[in-house]
Amino acid sequence: MKKLVAAALAIGLAAPLASVAAGAADIPHYPIKDPPRLSWSFAGPFGTWDKGQLQRGLKVYTEVCSGCHSLNMVAFRNLTDLGYSEDQVKGFAASHQVTDGPNDQGEMFKRQGKPNDYFPAPFANTEAAAYANGGAAPPDFSTIAKARAVESGFPGFVFDIFTMYTTKGPDYVHALLTGYQDPPKGMRVPQGGYYNPYFHSAAFLKMPPPLSDGVVKYDDGTPETVDQYAKDIAAFQMWAAEPHMVERKETGFVVIIFLAIFTVLIYYTKKAIYSRLDDH
Amino acid sequence: MSGDHSTYAPRSGFTKWIDTRLPLPRLMHDSFVSYPVPRNLNYAYTFGGILSIMLGLQMLTGIVLAMHYVASTDQAFTSVEFIMRDVNYGWLLRYLHANGASFFFLAVYLHIARGLYYGSYKAPRELLWILGVVILFLMMGTAFMGYVLPWGQMSFWGATVITGFFSAFPAVGDWIQRLLIGGFAVGQPTLNRFYSLHYLLPFMIAGVVILHIWALHVTGQTNPTGVDIRKKTDTIPFTPYATIKDALGMSVFFLVFAYFVFYMPNYLGHADNYIEANSLKTPAEIVPEWYFLPFYAMLRAITFNLGPINSKLGGVLTMFASILVLFVVPWLDTSKVRSAVYRPVYKVCFWLFIVDCLLLGWCGSQPPQGAIVLTAQLGTLYYFGFFLIIMPLLGLVEKPRRLPNSITEAVLSRRQTSAGRPAGATAAPEDRG
Repeated sequence: MKKLVAAALAIGLAAPLASVAAGAADIPHYPIKDPPRLSWSFAGPFGTWDKGQLQRGLKVYTEVCSGCHSLNMVAFRNLTDLGYSEDQVKGFAASHQVTDGPNDQGEMFKRQGKPNDYFPAPFANTEAAAYANGGAAPPDFSTIAKARAVESGFPGFVFDIFTMYTTKGPDYVHALLTGYQDPPKGMRVPQGGYYNPYFHSAAFLKMPPPLSDGVVKYDDGTPETVDQYAKDIAAFQMWAAEPHMVERKETGFVVIIFLAIFTVLIYYTKKAIYSRLDDH
Repeated sequence: MSGDHSTYAPRSGFTKWIDTRLPLPRLMHDSFVSYPVPRNLNYAYTFGGILSIMLGLQMLTGIVLAMHYVASTDQAFTSVEFIMRDVNYGWLLRYLHANGASFFFLAVYLHIARGLYYGSYKAPRELLWILGVVILFLMMGTAFMGYVLPWGQMSFWGATVITGFFSAFPAVGDWIQRLLIGGFAVGQPTLNRFYSLHYLLPFMIAGVVILHIWALHVTGQTNPTGVDIRKKTDTIPFTPYATIKDALGMSVFFLVFAYFVFYMPNYLGHADNYIEANSLKTPAEIVPEWYFLPFYAMLRAITFNLGPINSKLGGVLTMFASILVLFVVPWLDTSKVRSAVYRPVYKVCFWLFIVDCLLLGWCGSQPPQGAIVLTAQLGTLYYFGFFLIIMPLLGLVEKPRRLPNSITEAVLSRRQTSAGRPAGATAAPEDRG
């Protein structure tokens, strides 16, 4: 009876599973291509920021992306994380105009930015942003590195736990920025759309390819290529989304070591206590 | 709870003074020190202790988070990000709380699975089991409402979909839905009442937990053999034996928990919840947190109308029934034997049930298309079949293995077999012949 029940259920469960694999191809699935997994300085249990890379990412953001994309939750003062001195941050903030007010006459006014100001948004509101960009508002960059994650599927999602794969967001951003290409034969790309097989929710997106080789000047000798720009802005976005990541991992290491020692001590205490019982 | 086994002896004048007025130290001593537990409890029995710690941790982190959180549709998302960025150790508090919910459910599912395996719901522990199901229900409500608070895309659309279920009920459905969300669509009133209830429900859980522990201490623990305690040698005092075993289980559990909190804090959540809620933009796919996926799969498995019940109502009823059926498990199981250890066929059915729940979970995470629907339907069939057909019928026809006469006998026989092996290995070759 035991075998009969097991066999019946095994057949019942295995049959549809086999057809899952066969049927999955018919369903349109985005992104069309999975982003390649890159190696990042901040990945893994001992990952740290490459401050030079973050500074280059900030430069790409300031000179290219910030024309359309806001960075609402990052303040100028946070830029000291990137290795800038307080004076440099002051200077950088002062190069931005921020809206303040109302003043004693009830008027809003523009003034130079201060370190405790947040990055000013390129558009007054979402509606203005959407209107200026063909109907789709460019997303804010503050959390985007955590908001974009391409599913690993089964069994990949199980392996991700053990390989500590947590850089889906930066991988996605890099793949998208370097992934613009001609559409496959027979595919009609609508007016104002750009084909990109790495885009997460459709075959094309409204954003034109934002980067081209040499568009941002690097003064540290790093190659001025689209691939490099894409890596730098992705790393910058990861920092913007998770500014305490390195602190988190460092704290985690101490916690894990503590718990591991604690567990060993408890294990031997438990053994000693149970040895008093005659059945152990 | 106290009474016959009370061994508490107040030593100082002060504790004697307390003991004659409010014997709280005696209650604690009798419940957590001298309380007798079966001597053969294994690590599957450590999840009760883990769960009480997790409840405490969720309450502590939650109270501090509530000091910084703003329950407003305009500011909720930003306030959570503010906690992550500018509050001292805010990132730690929030990641502990969000992953804590997941690990709370992980522990509760393992706790329930242990109950199903060792027949912990059988007489005289029916009320103990029912109180546990009540806690599960309250936990689900708390977790669902907590997930709405960060006001991300999945918060908003999850709330919209889940509260939408209630509109499936005839006559009162729309009224219930409006009452839940405080209007015609999820918005500010929804967020406010969910915040209020999310703060209230954990305290109700704590109340039911006290009843759950009380009921436990009246009937005593089950044990892997399922045989009742018959003599003094069957038990050992809670402290130090169960305490230290619980501590070890807890410590290992916290190691895994810490790995997720510090190294993969967003692994168990959905990426879309880092996008602020937008009522005009529906996510490509709306999925609940992983711990609701099996139930979500059963909800969506009902794709057909059944007479007057349309597929939507059918799905909602199936989903609610999948939890309600747990309440009657003590009466569905007809077997005289408690533990699956001595029930060869039930053991197989139980493990298939576990596989079935995992499979349903996978179906719940996938778009309901093609073979996923059929798989979810078969999975739902087995889920209910396990409770409504296998449990009642198997108890009548299954031939259980011989039960040990007592816990002590079971333990001693295990010691003999384990001691026998090395003895055999050192024996002379001719003796083994």
